[in-house]
Formats: sequence, structure tokens, C-alpha cells
Amino acid sequence: MDALDRALVNALQGGFPICERPYAEVATRVGSDEATVIARIEGLLLRGLLSRFGPMYHAAQMGGALSLAAMEIPPADFDRVTEIVNRQPEVAHNYERNHRLNMWFVLATETPGAQRDTIARIERESGYPVYNMPKIREYFVELKLHV
Amino acid sequence: MNAPHDFSPLDETDRRIIQATQAGLPLTARPYHAVAEQIGVPADEVMRRMRRMLDTGIIRRIGAVPNHYALGYRANGMTVWDVADERIDELGERIGQLEFVTHCYQRPRHLPDWPYNLFAMVHGKTRDEVEAKAAQIAEVLGQASRGHDILYSSRILKKTGLRIGA
Repeated sequence: MDALDRALVNALQGGFPICERPYAEVATRVGSDEATVIARIEGLLLRGLLSRFGPMYHAAQMGGALSLAAMEIPPADFDRVTEIVNRQPEVAHNYERNHRLNMWFVLATETPGAQRDTIARIERESGYPVYNMPKIREYFVELKLHV
Repeated sequence: MNAPHDFSPLDETDRRIIQATQAGLPLTARPYHAVAEQIGVPADEVMRRMRRMLDTGIIRRIGAVPNHYALGYRANGMTVWDVADERIDELGERIGQLEFVTHCYQRPRHLPDWPYNLFAMVHGKTRDEVEAKAAQIAEVLGQASRGHDILYSSRILKKTGLRIGA
């Protein structure tokens, strides 16, 4: 990454404009030109330095339900349960973590009812309880990774 | 059945805009015009609706999501804290303001297995760096924190974006 890439990663973390030529507007902020900005964003995405670029939608505000859930899975059964959890289309992310609760996944459903159904299905098929931890409050954070 | 989305302020056109943009914004000089053309709605209307969704919080923000891992932040710690309920909102707001915290939530405890109710995601280049940052969180929480842990992800088992259906 050169200075322009870094300036773009920092500048693009919020407030991308909604107007006819938004990349041109960003270009003036970082001292570049429209075509270069577009090519650089494409390059950052292709190299995996940005995981996405565009509007971030708020699932709950769209009427959906988002939750974080955890399970404690014995190592010998981990692959089988991973397959069950990952097979659910409602599971967006799933991580192994170094804790007694060793499987952590994000559930994104259109409705809270669908979230309960998915959890019940995972518990039934896996034979292990799911600890559901939907957020009670979200505290404001600035987006501020500086590179 | 009354699904919650029946009450949401989104109409069919909004949903088409969401579907056309949730994977990303087109990388062309006039991206909103490209979306408009794709779904057959005037560009002014696409921009007006997206501004409204931004104002109402349906769109959190428009921009880039940095890949922390690829950018060298290899140690991503989910720090979890058992914070006195009566102080959690005040302290959660303060933890969210720390520049190295990227997500901060209050979540339910599951006693006795899971005593933690405050989650703060911390990204660092090394685990030492994450631990130093967790120590700063501990300092802010002071006596209100009765215990904490740091969970590192050891493996990504699945990673797809969030998607809504038709």
C-alpha cells in the first residue's frame, strides 16, 4: 500500500457521498482524480485489503434479527457440528474461539421467529445447547482503523 | 402471521435498491446511476431513497470495510466483561469511545456458564497489543468490572456477508 491507498482506506471508512459523481468528490478529498480513485478501490478489494465497499445495511432496522450465539463442542465432535451450523443459510459468520464456548456464530434472519427456529434446529441436529446472545444495547463506536 | 418486516418503512423499491447494492456499490463514475439503470428506477429517486435510508439508520454508513487481518491486525480479540448492570450503559459508552474498540455491545449473561455482559472487539497487530488495550479497558471499568476474558478467533469456519432475500 502506498500513501494514496492508505489515504483512501482512512477516508472511505465513513461518509461516502450520495451524489452523481461520488468518486470525483472523494478524489478531491485525497488529492487524486476520479479514475484513479475507482481503480485504487478496485485494487484494494482485489487484494483483499478491503473486504467490501458500499452501503452497510442495518439488519434490525430492516425488520430482521441479528444475534451472536455460542456453543461448547467437544473437539471430537467439532467437525460434525461445524457442518450442521454452517449449513444453515441464516449463519453469516462462524468462528472457532479459544474458550470453553469454542464456536461463535452470527445469525441473520428476517424475523426473530426465524432466529428461534434456526437455533432450535441447530440444537436438535447437534445435540448441544446454543447460548443465544442477541445485543441488548449497542454502544456507539467511531470507525477509525488508521493504516 | 405478522412478520416484523411488515411494519418496516421499506417498500418494494427500497428492497430492490438494497438487493442491488448489498454486495457493493458499482465501481463506475456514476454508481447510483448504474444501480438506477439496473433496477429501472430514476437515479434521483435511488439517491433520494438511499439518503432517506441513511437518515433513518437502515443504512449504517456507506464506505469501505477494511480487512483487519489483511492490513496486519492479526490478533483480533473479543474482550468480554462482567460489568455491574447499574453502570453498564455509562461505561459501555465510554468503552465505545476508545479508539481501538471497533464494536461494543451489551449482551445477556448465561449464568453460571457465561457471566459476561459487555463485549468490546479489539484489533491489534499482536496479542500483546490486544492485552495492553484490554488493560486500558480494565482501567476505565475499574471496580465495576468483576471479571473478564479475551477470546481470540483461532479459525474462520464460515464467512459470508449478510443478505436479505427477495
